[in-house]
Amino acid sequence: MGPHHPSTHGVFRMDVKLDGETVVDLQPVFGYLHRNHEKLAENMSYLGSMPFTDRLDYFNSMTNNWAYALAAEKLVEIEVPERADYLRVIMAELTRLVNHVSLVGFFINDLGALGTPLLYAFREREKILDLFEQASGARMMCNYFRFGGLRNDVPEGWLDRARDVVDHFPVFLDEYEQLLCENEIILSRTQGVGCLSRDLAISAGITGPMLRASGVNYDIRKVDKYSIYDRFQFRVPYTDGNVGDCYDRFMVRMLEMRESIRILKQALDGIGDGPVLGNAPKVFKPKPAEVYGRVEAPKGELGFYLIADGTPKPYRYRVRPPSLINLTVLRDMCLGQKVADAVIILGSIDIVLGEVDR
Amino acid sequence: MSHTVNHESILGKFPGTNWDQEAGALIVPAVQAKEIATWLRDNDAFLLDYCSNVTGVDYLECEVKEKVTKEDGTVETVTRTEPSRMDVVYHLYSMQKQTGPLVFKQRTNREQPEVESLTPVWRSCELQEREVFDLFGVNFKSHPDQRRILMWDEFEGHPMRKDYTEPFDYEWEPTPHDEILEKHQRGKVIV
Repeated sequence: MGPHHPSTHGVFRMDVKLDGETVVDLQPVFGYLHRNHEKLAENMSYLGSMPFTDRLDYFNSMTNNWAYALAAEKLVEIEVPERADYLRVIMAELTRLVNHVSLVGFFINDLGALGTPLLYAFREREKILDLFEQASGARMMCNYFRFGGLRNDVPEGWLDRARDVVDHFPVFLDEYEQLLCENEIILSRTQGVGCLSRDLAISAGITGPMLRASGVNYDIRKVDKYSIYDRFQFRVPYTDGNVGDCYDRFMVRMLEMRESIRILKQALDGIGDGPVLGNAPKVFKPKPAEVYGRVEAPKGELGFYLIADGTPKPYRYRVRPPSLINLTVLRDMCLGQKVADAVIILGSIDIVLGEVDR
Repeated sequence: MSHTVNHESILGKFPGTNWDQEAGALIVPAVQAKEIATWLRDNDAFLLDYCSNVTGVDYLECEVKEKVTKEDGTVETVTRTEPSRMDVVYHLYSMQKQTGPLVFKQRTNREQPEVESLTPVWRSCELQEREVFDLFGVNFKSHPDQRRILMWDEFEGHPMRKDYTEPFDYEWEPTPHDEILEKHQRGKVIV
């Protein structure tokens, strides 16, 4: 199933060996979008690679920025002001909403409901992208985070508009759930398809909603408690791990959206005034050190491993891509299923080729 | 922050390992790597069942200036040559105990880089070790499927190495000048 295919979520190829309709062997082939981001970053200053991080997982540019800013802030130990932290959490949770709602839309699209649920999802996504554009100037490639805070404060009235969007979102989610979660076609096509056992998920390094759908309660927001996530009350939805099929992943994402709305409401209530950029040094030249900073991106654990050697350019810059590592188990999940199921399983893993290939 | 892992007991149990204080990492010889990795995954004190990140780092031979304090109190700057090496770095976490990270490094030379593959221990190393093979040229012994992953199969060279030069394969220029003329005169032109 070649790189040009409407259902492969980008330029992704699967060499599938079939026996009739059943998948006998499957090899994923990728690298079509490899831009060698890691080598580029070795030739640029630390801040210069911030716009490149937007292009990694192009749906969630805010989260990518945050992961990189977190890693760099660990290198130099910069204090981030409180308002910046609140705004970062708000941006990240809005990104999570955008990602999960688009993913659900694309997933249902792969099942055959050509377009309608996807465009319902995109209708809500547009409202959030409008918010991103008002805050940072760009809809998708935001380049909004800086080391020590954010590039600029949000404009006047933005918080009220964000509150409107967040208040309306549960209404949309109710409508979406009512149409989809009890739908016979979805139930029969996704239940029992692409089962991932708990032990294989942990061993294969799967993270994010896929891991939680296989029964492991591991959310980096709760484990690492980075930024100010320990101030918010939210639950982490996970299953009991008996099945771990596509339907579980779909439902975990729907529930996570509700929890994101909860965090957003608390953050919008608690945000105060103040500066949004801390005292970052003018020339970012960290002492020789190594650091690994990770965040809970909507797709999984997004980590940045930076080795600094005292010059303004990083010695080694490594992105830990959740989409690539989640693909480790694609073959295991697809063996014995039908071809059409292979498409759905790929859809439920939630990959973005910008991140897989970097 | 997650609780850091105490490495002292590992140094005691496996005498071949070292602790690099500056990097905060455990340096492990390739012969013992799989044994230590399996022990780390199964031992109750650690239970490091989640290998989060596998990457390679290339170090060319370089000169390092160090300040050494001699016995009579004077400080002298000493230059020594740090030999070249290639590291494969693993970041290990424990999902059950919610601790981590433990940084685990396998060290090898640059001429014939060979390390032990940890894919039988943690499945997440499979695709990431393939990437280290592809971009750095490190050979992972007993890797189930070692082939290029991001570059195409016939590609020659390992792009992430520090001494990698891009191949000169510009299209044929009828009137080359300046830089392109120099490159035409120096290297071969692929028409």
